Amino acid sequence: MIKSLKAQAHTLSETDAQLDLLNGPLFYDSGNSSFTAHLKENNQFPLKPTNLEIFQINLGYMCNQTCAHCHVDAGPDRKEIMTRDNMQICVDLVRKHNFKTIDLTGGAPEMNPDFRWFVTELKKAGAQEIIVRCNLTIIVANKKYNDLPEFFKEHDVRVVSSLPYYKSEKTDKQRGNGVFDKSIKALKMLNAVGYGKPGTGLILDLVYNPAGAFLPGNQMELESDFKKELSKSWDIEFNSLLAITNLPISRFLDYLVKSENFVDYMVKLVNAFNPSAIDGLMCRNTISIDWDGHMFDCDFNQMLDIKIPAANGSHISTFDIDKLSKREISVNQHCFGCTAGAGSSCQGTTA
Amino acid sequence: MEKTYYDPADLGKFGNIADFEPNLAKKFFDYYGEVFKAGALTEREKALIALAVSHTVQCPYCIDAYTQETLGKGCSEAEMMEAVHVASAIRGGASLVHGVQMMNKAKKLSM
Repeated sequence: MIKSLKAQAHTLSETDAQLDLLNGPLFYDSGNSSFTAHLKENNQFPLKPTNLEIFQINLGYMCNQTCAHCHVDAGPDRKEIMTRDNMQICVDLVRKHNFKTIDLTGGAPEMNPDFRWFVTELKKAGAQEIIVRCNLTIIVANKKYNDLPEFFKEHDVRVVSSLPYYKSEKTDKQRGNGVFDKSIKALKMLNAVGYGKPGTGLILDLVYNPAGAFLPGNQMELESDFKKELSKSWDIEFNSLLAITNLPISRFLDYLVKSENFVDYMVKLVNAFNPSAIDGLMCRNTISIDWDGHMFDCDFNQMLDIKIPAANGSHISTFDIDKLSKREISVNQHCFGCTAGAGSSCQGTTA
Repeated sequence: MEKTYYDPADLGKFGNIADFEPNLAKKFFDYYGEVFKAGALTEREKALIALAVSHTVQCPYCIDAYTQETLGKGCSEAEMMEAVHVASAIRGGASLVHGVQMMNKAKKLSM
């Protein structure tokens, strides 16, 4: 079994080492200006939040897969998962603030033993839209997960699933041997209960992450290709494709370094900086919460342990919407990943 | 003076050609941007054509750029290599079809 960087005690499992690398000679020696400088040039510094619409909760880093590009460094050997006590605080916050979208992620969020309880409580608390970032293979990983499609349907969950390609080779290279076939099986199970089918209202979106050190192409064209190929070869339907740029964090950063693509990839992100992507940056309308209840500007800042400052309330137990809305969003060089080309967020392109 | 004619980092500096002559550069890049937008052909199809042409003109910058573009647009390695073979077939064919000219001349000159 492939181990997480953390289990390997790998240097890049330390967030300080990652940030040192990201702020290396490329920025202090080679004339590239920092992300902060790019924001200043566009009169957007400090970056400020808009309305808090997306409450993104990471239920833990435990996962049945160990994907090569995972910025979470998730895997079967990761034991950090959210407790029911922290979930209860989140439910209370949802009841009080009525966030538009609750986005559940991981790891494989379904592996948290309180996952189903949590979804049920969020629904009771009035959550309008609940997204589950489902890796697909979890549905077929064990009998106890086989009824997840029915559970999702019952609670009107929007399913967002990763599938980097419509053929096995690239998918398996990124996500592990056999993942493509299992993903197809899971997609058929989701289709069978109505997910991705017209008129059912059950939304099944796919996420495209490039399987390598390149940027995603046009989201609409990719969606059209995926729809055509998945329908033709497997009779599978889905709603939308979200194209997401890989950010140079954790295992994807390790891959970039090992494959000697790191500098070229960072230069590519910097050169592709698109000022019109700033307005739609997800950190402006999202709060990301880790398994332990700490709050971050986004999932990527969470993985780099760049917390929301204590003065703005850095833990859900001290959640204060006014203080949060007055915060300055923390940025670093990884943020170039969200402003490159058509922009990137957990909801796909932004510009 | 550099010791080699090509430096991969120069690809990222393509836009700097505007430093010496901004007006023509702007016209070129505007045109370039329009050409590669989806029209009667998709962006994906245009990227595959560009990849093939890159091999015909043997431009290392173009090969670098359009390998990335085609990968990003979801082209498979097989599609990319078939595009290169199209370039190769046209190049090879362009030489070979002149064999007819050689034959015509040889026949004319021979008894």
